[in-house]
Amino acid sequence: MAKRLDIKDLNLHYGKFHAVEDVTLQVQARSVTSFIGPSGCGKSTVLRALNRMHEVIAGARVDGKVLLDGEDIYAPSVDPVQVRRTIGMVFQRANPFPTMSIRDNVVAGLKLTGEKNKKKLDEITERSLRSANLWEEVKDRLHKPGGSLSGGQQQRLCIARATAVQPDVLLMDEPCSALDPISTLAIEDLIAELKKDYTIVIVTHNMQQAARVSDQTAFFNLRAVGEPGQLVEIEETGKLFSNPNQKATEDYISGRFG
Amino acid sequence: MTDSTKPEQRSEGTGTAGALRGVPEEAPGPENPTPESPSDKSVVRLGDRIFRSVATGSGIFVIATIAAIGIFLLIRAIPSLQANEVSFLFSREWQTGDPSNLRFGILDLAWITVASSLVALILAMPIACGIALFLTQYAPRVLARPFAYLVDLLAAVPSVVYGLWGALVLAPVISPFAVWLNNNLGWIPIFADGNVPAGSGANVFTAGIVLAVMILPIITGVTREVFARTPTAHIEGALALGATKWEVVRTTVWPFGRNGFIGGSMLGLGRALGETVALTIILSYTYTPPNYSIFDAGATFASRIALGSAEFNNNLSVGAYIAAGLVLFIVTFAVNALARWIESSSGKGKE
Repeated sequence: MAKRLDIKDLNLHYGKFHAVEDVTLQVQARSVTSFIGPSGCGKSTVLRALNRMHEVIAGARVDGKVLLDGEDIYAPSVDPVQVRRTIGMVFQRANPFPTMSIRDNVVAGLKLTGEKNKKKLDEITERSLRSANLWEEVKDRLHKPGGSLSGGQQQRLCIARATAVQPDVLLMDEPCSALDPISTLAIEDLIAELKKDYTIVIVTHNMQQAARVSDQTAFFNLRAVGEPGQLVEIEETGKLFSNPNQKATEDYISGRFG
Repeated sequence: MTDSTKPEQRSEGTGTAGALRGVPEEAPGPENPTPESPSDKSVVRLGDRIFRSVATGSGIFVIATIAAIGIFLLIRAIPSLQANEVSFLFSREWQTGDPSNLRFGILDLAWITVASSLVALILAMPIACGIALFLTQYAPRVLARPFAYLVDLLAAVPSVVYGLWGALVLAPVISPFAVWLNNNLGWIPIFADGNVPAGSGANVFTAGIVLAVMILPIITGVTREVFARTPTAHIEGALALGATKWEVVRTTVWPFGRNGFIGGSMLGLGRALGETVALTIILSYTYTPPNYSIFDAGATFASRIALGSAEFNNNLSVGAYIAAGLVLFIVTFAVNALARWIESSSGKGKE
């Protein structure tokens, strides 16, 4: 369960384009870390590097280390499939599998690991949907397609799907950017609850959201278009938003640019 | 409605802004002598109308052509069908030389046609699916493009070349395998002795393999397109759950593209059913009726018509061939319609 992440000298490339430069930061177990910064600054790219989703894109390259409780997930002996099973991810747009029922969506990850016991799958379905605050809304239609839910429900279904495999870390890539304020609130409440069991890293464009949900906040920026993105600073959230160390951070959070 | 708007128009008609606002309702009104705005509108409308009628006309033309072909076949076939001495659907005879004693039925033609097409489909479907998966999911991009182009090239080979290749090259090569199948699995009816020796190669077995190669690019092309349309979000969703490449295919690409694959296969089937020249060359013609084995020879609908074309000398005899053509027309039309329908419902699992 919940493990800490140490990112050391992470450099990320898309082909010849140097997307992110020299990122070093720590994420404590059972905490929420948010990544903020202007578009194109590489925050989503860093997030995707944390469960080896970055390399899925053709030409993408990773240098540096990402340690999960001290073990490098980029070590040559490590299977990326195994990494993704222990570090779950929720995407910007809810992406339940359209041909699967709500229940099958929740247990899709478990089925991949070979779990077939129907009783156990049912238990996990209920537990995951409860923890995603979705159980009461869908318990009577578990066999309806996942796509029949509303956008906010679909996103919570995706969170249930990610937590069903009980990952060590949960990565969220702008999970609320396609949702209305009420659904956003539901997800934020959920993040606060999930923090008890999981290490959470969330990318968000919404600074109020970062301030509301996270314990520490990392601000990413880029010097100019075409230049690699950099980590400007990472601080305890309250301090970063009230008294940042860097001028660039202050300019960004006070709305002077970005 | 018109009553209530007219006074409003008249009152605004004096103002300059009113001319703009009133345009849609103004046109029929005789009391508005503004020459530019109606002519402006009619220019736009003219282009619109021309485009619309060209588009509609093209659509109607296609439908009319297909209907005309169907009607032509029907009108020419009916007299011969009425003069037919045996059952058109169930007779195994094909005697059309004497117009006063027409004896023709399509049972054997249907068997050879369907059997060779099904052999083709059974062979081509898994291979096409495999190629499409390879091209969209596994092949490096530098390789995928030329490879896809190569597969498409298969469709550019003239069918007469396929026929020659099948009869002269493929048939001798596969005949030992055909004999082996016949000897060892002969107890299964479709591998039993046909109406020609299994080793001759001029049978449904060879024809089916050649047809499989011919329809491969059609099925592969459609399937590749559909597989490539699998939303990245679904693929990444599966990957992020710790799916292997194969599991990604199984949980996202395949459910998304399955209907497209089936639709593409139906399109291929439609092509196989109507194939003429290649099968005319490959299948030896025999007067012995087929034995419902894949080692049968004979004629398909299309090759029977091609073979008979030399004898098209009186309307009643020709009508028999046209009746066979009509059946083929209906069957391929139905298969193609089914294919399009299945294909268009691909990826509908979203809703």
